[in-house]
Amino acid sequence: MIASSRDPNREALAVAIALLASLAIGSALMLVAGKAPGHVWWLMVQRTLFTDAYSLGQVFYKATALVLTGLSVSIALDAGLFNIGGEGMVIAGVVACAVTGAALPQGTPSIIAIPLCIVVSAVAGAAIGALIGVMRVWRGAHEVITSIMLNAIVAGVALWIGNELLFQNGTTTGPPIAPGAELPQLGFGGSSANLSVVLALAAVVALWWLRSRTTWGQALLAVGRDPAAARATGISVGRVQIYAMIAAGALAGLAATNFVMGHKHAFEEGLGRGVGFLGISAALLGRMNPFGIVAASLLLGFLSSGGLAVAQEVPKELTEMLQGVVVLAVASAGPIARRYGKASS
Amino acid sequence: MISVELDKSYPNCRVLTGAKLEVAPGTVHALVGENGAGKSTLVKIVAGILPADRGTLTIGGANIPLASWDRRLARRAHVSIVQQHGAFAGSLSVVENAVLGAEPTKHGVLDLKPTATALAALGDKLGLAIDPWARVDRLSLGAAQRAEIVTALHVGAKLLILDEPTAVLAPVEVEGLLKMMKGLAQAGTTIVFVTHKLDEVRAAAHAVTVLRAGKTVATFERSEDTAAIARAMVGGELPGQSSIAEPGGDAKIALALRGVSVAAEGALASIDMEVRAGELVGVAGVDGNGQRELALAIAGLVAHTGTISLAGRDLSGRTPRERLAAGLAHVPEDRQHGGLVLDASIADNLTLGRADITGRFRIDRGAVAKFADARIAELDIRPASRDAIARSLSGGNQQKIVIGRELSRPNLAAVIAAQPTRGVDLGAVARIHGQLRAAAKGGAGVLVISADLDELLALCHRVVVMLRGKIVGERAGAALREQGARAALGEWMTGTRGAA
Repeated sequence: MIASSRDPNREALAVAIALLASLAIGSALMLVAGKAPGHVWWLMVQRTLFTDAYSLGQVFYKATALVLTGLSVSIALDAGLFNIGGEGMVIAGVVACAVTGAALPQGTPSIIAIPLCIVVSAVAGAAIGALIGVMRVWRGAHEVITSIMLNAIVAGVALWIGNELLFQNGTTTGPPIAPGAELPQLGFGGSSANLSVVLALAAVVALWWLRSRTTWGQALLAVGRDPAAARATGISVGRVQIYAMIAAGALAGLAATNFVMGHKHAFEEGLGRGVGFLGISAALLGRMNPFGIVAASLLLGFLSSGGLAVAQEVPKELTEMLQGVVVLAVASAGPIARRYGKASS
Repeated sequence: MISVELDKSYPNCRVLTGAKLEVAPGTVHALVGENGAGKSTLVKIVAGILPADRGTLTIGGANIPLASWDRRLARRAHVSIVQQHGAFAGSLSVVENAVLGAEPTKHGVLDLKPTATALAALGDKLGLAIDPWARVDRLSLGAAQRAEIVTALHVGAKLLILDEPTAVLAPVEVEGLLKMMKGLAQAGTTIVFVTHKLDEVRAAAHAVTVLRAGKTVATFERSEDTAAIARAMVGGELPGQSSIAEPGGDAKIALALRGVSVAAEGALASIDMEVRAGELVGVAGVDGNGQRELALAIAGLVAHTGTISLAGRDLSGRTPRERLAAGLAHVPEDRQHGGLVLDASIADNLTLGRADITGRFRIDRGAVAKFADARIAELDIRPASRDAIARSLSGGNQQKIVIGRELSRPNLAAVIAAQPTRGVDLGAVARIHGQLRAAAKGGAGVLVISADLDELLALCHRVVVMLRGKIVGERAGAALREQGARAALGEWMTGTRGAA
């Protein structure tokens, strides 16, 4: 399996270095804010993981979306494309999911409503991905540029649709989706965690299987690592890249199920914003490995939820900064670990 | 002017072994040899770009300690080199490149004007018109090279080394360059001119040194007898016998090309060629004369006109995948970029695109393991572990993976192998040749592209020579085994013998 060619020890070393560095920098920030770092860290862990079920539920809620957008980034990068269109893909999924859900008759049974809304979310995201892939392969337009632009366009279109069609009397909330399209909540003290977590985990397993056990995955990774070799062995590089972007779009679009079907049950201005970009962090931190992305998403979810749990102690902005610190640390730890790995071997 | 005798090795590879070069002052001295003979390495050592292992270097009567010899000292000794691919920074102007590292200032501010004026004046004097203010990346290759030559002379070069300067030039520009070299020599500059084109040698050089496999094999005080020079370049030994019988006259055509052209700068110009089933055909030629495009066109990796058919089936316009499925095997020229996915395992590389082994969608891991172990044993790939990453293997073992994947395809009708043994150790060469012969014996038509004439003579039933995108000569059967075959092929390769 081509995916196994990264040295796992070195990857683990890189992440360990990054997390220690983040811990140190976070502690320094807390000291600057006049707080005892040990105390704050302990409170964060204690409240999020042990005493406050709601905070723990929020970790899962946030991680669910990050897993999907993280996988979206990683599958595109497997094919050699840097997908930063997660924002647009998620928003497209949110709009499509909410509009479809609201359009369904009130009495639609779940057995129809849930699969339909899931598929619609994925298709909406996939459409954005397909556009990016096609522009790249057929016209040579760089995917970073087109995906940035599409993020802005999709956000604008979503707001326009909201204003024109969805928002109800002076609010920024659209009509509710049919009750049959709602995903059950998981409890956790009334948190937003819901059954879409199963969907995210299924996507993880499916992607792991595709990458490591199928010719499709072999072709995908060959295209990303050496397009010339892929071409010479009869793989259509352009087609694989377009498929990869479609899959990336579908994965990011699925994050809409978490927000719309699992939590808000309606379109809302700003719903799902930010997880596209944070998905890049999850993918980087997870070293592009499907299971690594799960761990990274949980960590980022913990920082976010835990930050709120200790908001009386340290400003929320400080823990938001921590998410950025972690990503910077991971990005710079790769080369450090490589050098260290070389020196020690 | 200079006298050198040098040894130079890289890991696994001896480039120079007692290579000698003696150049009289005020002459144009040609340094010739086949690809990989060590010409560039020799001149780069003289110019202080590469370190030598051991040897002696004398410049203008002064003994140079080689251990500390570098670019800076070479420049101080008025030795300049214009390299094959240019050394100017593209985003800077000619004059900015000229002063790089020793920028003239006036009141502490960069002052380029005097240098620019001097460069333009010197260019005019030499008949090499240059625009000192032009950005280098906007110049044609020829113009950029002229600018490098003028700059080298501006900084006071007394020994000017030109490493394959005509490779990038149009014929008219070549003529101008050759004239200029003679003019400069008359004015007292000593020139070492690296080339493998003997018509240029005859036109411009006063004396000639021939390198073969890192050794100086001959020196000529005159440059007229190009036939003798060509013989010295390629060596005069009798070729080994091809160990498999030639196919009979009734053998089917395995691979046929009709009027195949590749547009890019006339890279391939209307090639007609046939390879019969069971036949081993060699394509000889100096690198860059269309052999690369020939392989890519057959594999469907570059757009071409004309028709290419495999066992009677027209494949023009078909994708690489369709061509491979129709019975073609392609060993790409560059195993590291195109032949292998270096970060993947041996097993993955052996089965890349081989749906017949892996299965269509779900990879049959048992079948992959079995197939990989069989290829590893057959070709003696080391390490003998299918999970080893290709990057960690030696060049020879990497090449064996490509050979193992390509030549084991089912229903093989034709093989196109580009430089199949380049940079590969002797043991691997024998195995790779064995596989190519086995493919021919199995009924495939095999086309081998190589810059190594010895390899083709040892392996092939027939050898064609490519020059500037065309086939200019051919020797087959008994005529290929004759004493003079080698020299004839060498002359075709270097363009000193007219098209057959």
